[in-house]
Amino acid sequence: MNSFTKSDFPVFQANSGLVYLDSSATQQKPLAVLERVERYYREENANPLRGLYELGVKATEAYENAREAVRKFIGAKSVREIVFTRNATESLNLIAYSWGRTNIGEGDEVLVAISEHHSDLLPWQTLCKEKGAELKYLECDKSGRYTEKALRDALSERTKLFCIAQISNVFGRLNPIKRFAEICRENGTLIVCDAAQSAPHIAVDVQKLGVDFLAFSGHKMLAPMGIGVLYGREELLESMPPFLYGGEMIDTVTRCGASFAELPHKFEAGTVNAGGAVGLHAAIDYISELGLDEIERREEKLTALAFGEMKKIPHVNIIGADDPQEHHGILTFTVDGVHPHDIAAIFDSENIAVRAGHHCAQPLFHFLEIPSAARMSLAFYNDEEDIMRFIAVLKTLRRRMGYDG
Amino acid sequence: MTDNFYGEVLTDHNLHPLHKHGLPTATCCHEGVNSTCGDDIMLNLEIKDGVIVNGSFTGSGCAVSQASADIMLELVIGRTPAEARHYKALFDKMISGGITDDELEELEEAGALQNVSKMPARVKCAMLGWRTMETLLDKEEVCR
Repeated sequence: MNSFTKSDFPVFQANSGLVYLDSSATQQKPLAVLERVERYYREENANPLRGLYELGVKATEAYENAREAVRKFIGAKSVREIVFTRNATESLNLIAYSWGRTNIGEGDEVLVAISEHHSDLLPWQTLCKEKGAELKYLECDKSGRYTEKALRDALSERTKLFCIAQISNVFGRLNPIKRFAEICRENGTLIVCDAAQSAPHIAVDVQKLGVDFLAFSGHKMLAPMGIGVLYGREELLESMPPFLYGGEMIDTVTRCGASFAELPHKFEAGTVNAGGAVGLHAAIDYISELGLDEIERREEKLTALAFGEMKKIPHVNIIGADDPQEHHGILTFTVDGVHPHDIAAIFDSENIAVRAGHHCAQPLFHFLEIPSAARMSLAFYNDEEDIMRFIAVLKTLRRRMGYDG
Repeated sequence: MTDNFYGEVLTDHNLHPLHKHGLPTATCCHEGVNSTCGDDIMLNLEIKDGVIVNGSFTGSGCAVSQASADIMLELVIGRTPAEARHYKALFDKMISGGITDDELEELEEAGALQNVSKMPARVKCAMLGWRTMETLLDKEEVCR
């Protein structure tokens, strides 16, 4: 039975005393997920969608059941709108390569939020260069807040696409995607939502949000690495050419041409990651059993505790909003006079895992005029003791680096 | 454990570097970057009659990268390029964990970075200044 605490996660037994505060990079995996993946390979493995024998049918069922679980998890209308990818990065690239190459032309504009992860920036930057389109940035204030007015001002009649994360991996702030989607729709602009940091923490409903595309990674929400999801409105996906070409994405192939498979298989060339999809299904079951409300409640409490304690320590500066409610378990920070890599190294020496660097968001760091920062990011499986151990070390950082206080 | 995480020598060179400044008399300079960390230094040397008579660095990075560059300059100023290369070789040896006690003594304060050999994630930081110096010496005709 799941306890929904650390004891569900074998990594904490294998690494005793570890305080893991890098869940925004990747989450740890509960035993239920690990066992489900193992059971797939032990008992159900065949190449899905191909084998006409019983085991092949089992594998296909396991894979397609996972798709249905994802559909339900994000409130999509149809499983035809759910494409399995490697991760959010691949999902976003798929949009750029397939939809982008077909629909973006010279003089068009793509608008990207300045806080976007490189995975939601570089595909567009590359595409715009290739097509002679213009890449524009929507800027936020220093607390990471984007306003409707700024969005309206940034949109033009040439803006084909707007890309923004639901929760930024640096600020942890929840962006008003529903409103932004409405504004984009009025302008005839499609909206791409990167839900990599939100799907693990809050309920995501693509129909309520009204987004055209949405991407997320399994590994950031308890599932194995190597499985991700692209949601796209059916008529959009229908109109798009394949992204990768190969096996199991075709209808018929002749010497001089091919017709392609139905959605979503058109976008799933080659042997799929069925073990990963099955693992993602188990992760969704685990999350659903615990409940996203409970996950949010626990994470809010831990975030508020960490935020409050960090605020009391001199020379510690939290990036983003001055309200813990706006951080969703992500606290990016600097310590005056201590380089983030030294911060991470000192935490590591105390068996505490935090991230340091530019968090794959270099344009944002230029915009904030900070070279880099450290980040602690938590999940529901952390506890108060983790936070207090983190705080205790944070208090000693400057002294350990030779400062008086 | 010690309150000074990296030890006093390292934190001292980081907080109060002796050679972190511009060098108008420099005869050659080279920029070294660790792109994943964002460490970025400009190394300046003044080489006269086959001797490194002065040196400095500017830029930014973590304590390990900054202190290591400062300690390196302390060691090589007043030496020939060949001697500087010798120290670089000893430093390499220390970081890869195969240095003798005598050789360690020769490295003077740079020996304070010996612990980096146990921190694989920080090796690149410690090596930045040294790697930059070697590249600079390689490209300078007079030093070959």
